Amino acid sequence: MSSTVIGTIVLVTVLGLLLAMVLFWVASRFKVAEDPRIDEIEKVMPGANCGGCGFAGCRAFAQSCVEKGNLDEQFCPVGGNEVMKKVAAVLGIEAAEQAPKVAVVRCNGSCEARPRTNDYDGVLSCRVKASLYAGDTGCSFGCVGCGDCVAACQFGALSMDPQTGLPVVDESQCTACGACAKACPKGVIELRAKGPRSMRVFVSCINKDKGALARKACKSACIGCGKCAKVCTHDAITVENNVAYIDFTKCKLCRKCVAECPTGAIHAVNFPVLPPKPAPKPVTAQPAVQPEKTQQDGK
Amino acid sequence: MENKHTFSIGGVHPDDSKLSKDCPVEVLPLPETVYVSMAQHLGAPANPVVAPGDRVKAGQVIAEPAGFISAFVHSPVSGTVKSVGPRADLAGNKVNHIEIAVEGDEWAEGIDLSPELVTAIPEDSAFILERIKSCGVVGLGGATFPTHVKLSPPPGKTAEYLIINGAECEPYLTSDYRIMLERSKEILVGAALMKKVLGNPRCVIGIEDNKPEAIAVMTESLLSLQEESKDFAGIEVLSLRKKYPQGGEKQLIDAVTGRQVKSLGLPIDVGAVVQNVATTLAVYEAVQKNKPLVTNVLTVTGDCLPAQRQHNYLFRIGVPLRFIAEQAGGVPEEAAKIISGGPMMGKAIANLDATTVKGSSSLLYLTDAQTRRQPEGPCIRCGRCADACPMGLEPFLLKRLADAGDTRQLEDNAVQDCIECGCCLYSCPARIPLLDVIRIAKGDVMRIIKSRPRK
Amino acid sequence: MEKMIVSPSPHIHAPASTASLMRDVLIALAPATLVSLLFYGWAELLLVCVCVLCCVLTEYLIEKFLMKTPPTVSDCSAAVTGLLLALNLPASCPWWVALLGSVFAIGVVKMTFGGLGQNVFNPAIAARVFLLVSFPSYMTSWSAPASIADAWSFAPVDAVSGATPLGIVSEAMRAGQPLDAVFAEHHFSYGQMLFASMGGSVGEVSALALLAGFVWLLARKVIKPYTTLAIWATVIGVSAVFSLMDPSSYTDPLFNMLTGGVLIGSIFMATDYVTSPMSNTGCVIFGFGIGLQTMLIRYFGAYPEGMSFAILLMNAFVPLINRFCHQPKYGRAK
Repeated sequence: MSSTVIGTIVLVTVLGLLLAMVLFWVASRFKVAEDPRIDEIEKVMPGANCGGCGFAGCRAFAQSCVEKGNLDEQFCPVGGNEVMKKVAAVLGIEAAEQAPKVAVVRCNGSCEARPRTNDYDGVLSCRVKASLYAGDTGCSFGCVGCGDCVAACQFGALSMDPQTGLPVVDESQCTACGACAKACPKGVIELRAKGPRSMRVFVSCINKDKGALARKACKSACIGCGKCAKVCTHDAITVENNVAYIDFTKCKLCRKCVAECPTGAIHAVNFPVLPPKPAPKPVTAQPAVQPEKTQQDGK
Repeated sequence: MENKHTFSIGGVHPDDSKLSKDCPVEVLPLPETVYVSMAQHLGAPANPVVAPGDRVKAGQVIAEPAGFISAFVHSPVSGTVKSVGPRADLAGNKVNHIEIAVEGDEWAEGIDLSPELVTAIPEDSAFILERIKSCGVVGLGGATFPTHVKLSPPPGKTAEYLIINGAECEPYLTSDYRIMLERSKEILVGAALMKKVLGNPRCVIGIEDNKPEAIAVMTESLLSLQEESKDFAGIEVLSLRKKYPQGGEKQLIDAVTGRQVKSLGLPIDVGAVVQNVATTLAVYEAVQKNKPLVTNVLTVTGDCLPAQRQHNYLFRIGVPLRFIAEQAGGVPEEAAKIISGGPMMGKAIANLDATTVKGSSSLLYLTDAQTRRQPEGPCIRCGRCADACPMGLEPFLLKRLADAGDTRQLEDNAVQDCIECGCCLYSCPARIPLLDVIRIAKGDVMRIIKSRPRK
Repeated sequence: MEKMIVSPSPHIHAPASTASLMRDVLIALAPATLVSLLFYGWAELLLVCVCVLCCVLTEYLIEKFLMKTPPTVSDCSAAVTGLLLALNLPASCPWWVALLGSVFAIGVVKMTFGGLGQNVFNPAIAARVFLLVSFPSYMTSWSAPASIADAWSFAPVDAVSGATPLGIVSEAMRAGQPLDAVFAEHHFSYGQMLFASMGGSVGEVSALALLAGFVWLLARKVIKPYTTLAIWATVIGVSAVFSLMDPSSYTDPLFNMLTGGVLIGSIFMATDYVTSPMSNTGCVIFGFGIGLQTMLIRYFGAYPEGMSFAILLMNAFVPLINRFCHQPKYGRAK
């Protein structure tokens, strides 16, 4: 009896030692030398693996940073300047500050402003719908409303507004990783500077059709009239292909263009509420980030 | 005895619904304005060579090819060019169009409009090819690939088979059937012309056995032509067992020759060239009559149309779809979807103001009950999609991989071979939108394949 | 113009739907159900009702309260499971055993994997095996009313009871008795097996009714014949070899085909979409595996009947078979 017990113990011990030796040999034989800084950088990364930096994941970003030894054209939008400072500290260099950004929906063609002209019956996917045809409204540029951006967002920052049929960005959740902009087949979503106290002005339309055509398709389309460009004193607005664009690096948030826009396509968000003006203009400052709601007031 | 000639893998059997098969081809009247699209063929859109204010005659060149794979576009009518600019096509996307106000019906010189049959085959192959090119002939079976390119095999490859596609496997469509009945001899001369260009390969005209009259008429015409001239030796009419998608190029080659085109290969790799019967007729008119491709036959049909409102029209290319619908008595009340092309592969029309193009083959009205997609259920792994796929793919698997975005696995499972015939979605009992998703995945994988450096 | 529908092609759809396919399976099971009702009467009616209702109700409740997804009982798949389970039980089986089996089939075998299309094992077969190992006495003995009139009378009647032919023969084989003597003693006849009134699970009663269902399924293109035929070929092949070698110890092919669950299993259980391979070659391999294991269990195993175990075991191999067996692809022939 006792000999069986002893035998078993001896056998297991010998076997364990042998296998441990094999393991040790394999581990040392196939060891891959890796820069320890990669691990260090990965530790300070947000770990979302969202791909917002343009790399496959946080580790790939860390590898690239270490390989290059600098941070040129490498930025983690999710972690922002804080994380980049830490990354720079690991590498022993200085990080250039970048203005925080946020995803902006550049379409305000709500159901009201942009009536449906046909009835889409395929699978609920923007990519499928956009590859099939121009869309179920008269506008062939705007949001097709199947929510690919919502599905692409890892941070729960996007949701579809059933009233307008357009996506809404929750600024507090948005990390500006850009997954939504990549997912949108129409290129409706842009990453723009968040602005001081989140205040910003942008043209919420990308319709390149001529004015009359654009207006026929959507009441709140940019018709490329150029009034905003004329009124802008900072040279921030350009009108190309019948659509205005506000350069956020030049915009000084004076909001003259907002008052000037005849269709209300220019949105100003997060500004404190202004005292009422003598001339009634449809668009004034919006308290929340749901500029599309403006078009709903006509109901 | 059962007809053995059909393709070997997959296929489905939708109802024939050839409602307009007994309606003779009528000539559609001219509208006041036509809009000629510059993107009527596969490849680069043509470059307009006319400007607003120009007077044009029917059959005159109004746009030139913009590359090797491109085609001439001719004016379908006589009149004045009103404008040149973007206009919405049937999907609502903006495409360059030439707008022409119709004035009279004057044809450009050198075009033979007489109905006389010209059977003498020109000696010079280069001349035939040049005529096909200058008359803007493109494949009318669906892909609208420029015909002269297809008839010029790359060096080192020869055609052993010229297959004339008279399968018309799509339900409802009857335009090919009608021209086979009414213009059988012209089609046969067209076939002989292309046979000549390709260096006299065997020529097989494949017709599905649900069209016995067409088989009979074509055979009869062939025999009488063969008595007249030696040029028609080596042409045969072959009855094919009905199965969709028999008219798919790869499937037809399999059905006729028993050969299969390799993945991402071309039909010429197995020595085959396939041309549709309507294309063959256009080749005849181009070469023997010098008549450019400005007309085609289109079916107006649907279960919600009474028998007397079913039509087969000979239309001028560029006529707005709405004009055709109005000529045929307007869009029926019950119609919930209008399709250009067949119900399996045709395009749903989002914009009835779009114009007809060279490849337009039908205006098909479907009712809500016929066409509305039913709610999607869970996959029950019945394997019907895999049984139906004529390329032997596994759509259930491809859909799963596409949802996961696994392009590598998708390529390993041959998503790039998909011919988008719609058999998988058609047969799925759980109504899963297989093709919708697979089509996008195929596009992604094709882009990856093309971006690779060539070996 | 009204708002027209726009969607990607194709624009038409084949009439078959999940529900219509399941209804076809129910129709195919109808002859066998009717024959068993005829012979077993009230007891059988109770079993069918308990199994079908219980399966449907279990699925409904789980989807409604646990998974919180829209109920899918209208696709009839739970009803098919219920009916198959009922036909796999002896008529003398108490109703609460049937109820337990139904809850197990749907609740454990089907819904824990995610519902229709996700389960690895066939729910009815798994439930049968579960009952077989849990309540062997109820599952292996059978008792039948002596006549059709008795089956449908309300008064308590004498019932014939005993073991199934397979059970008797299996006993005999293990005891080393010559088979022809056993056959003669119990008055087994093939005609009886083919038409009706064999002892056993109610679904085993009439081979002819089951075959009628098979013909219906094939005619309606609900199933492909490969799995079923592969099972039959293997069962016949294996038993032919053994019975030719030693007719007194091994049962012959016809006996093996007509008794036990070979017919109902090969036609209705092994061809279950979810738990069988996708490709034709896969189906043949799957069928061969089932046939072989069935015969091995019958000849050498402890249980008289091997069909359920064989199907269950092969179900586990389906993902592996699917991985290696594919339909031929166009233009990729080696």
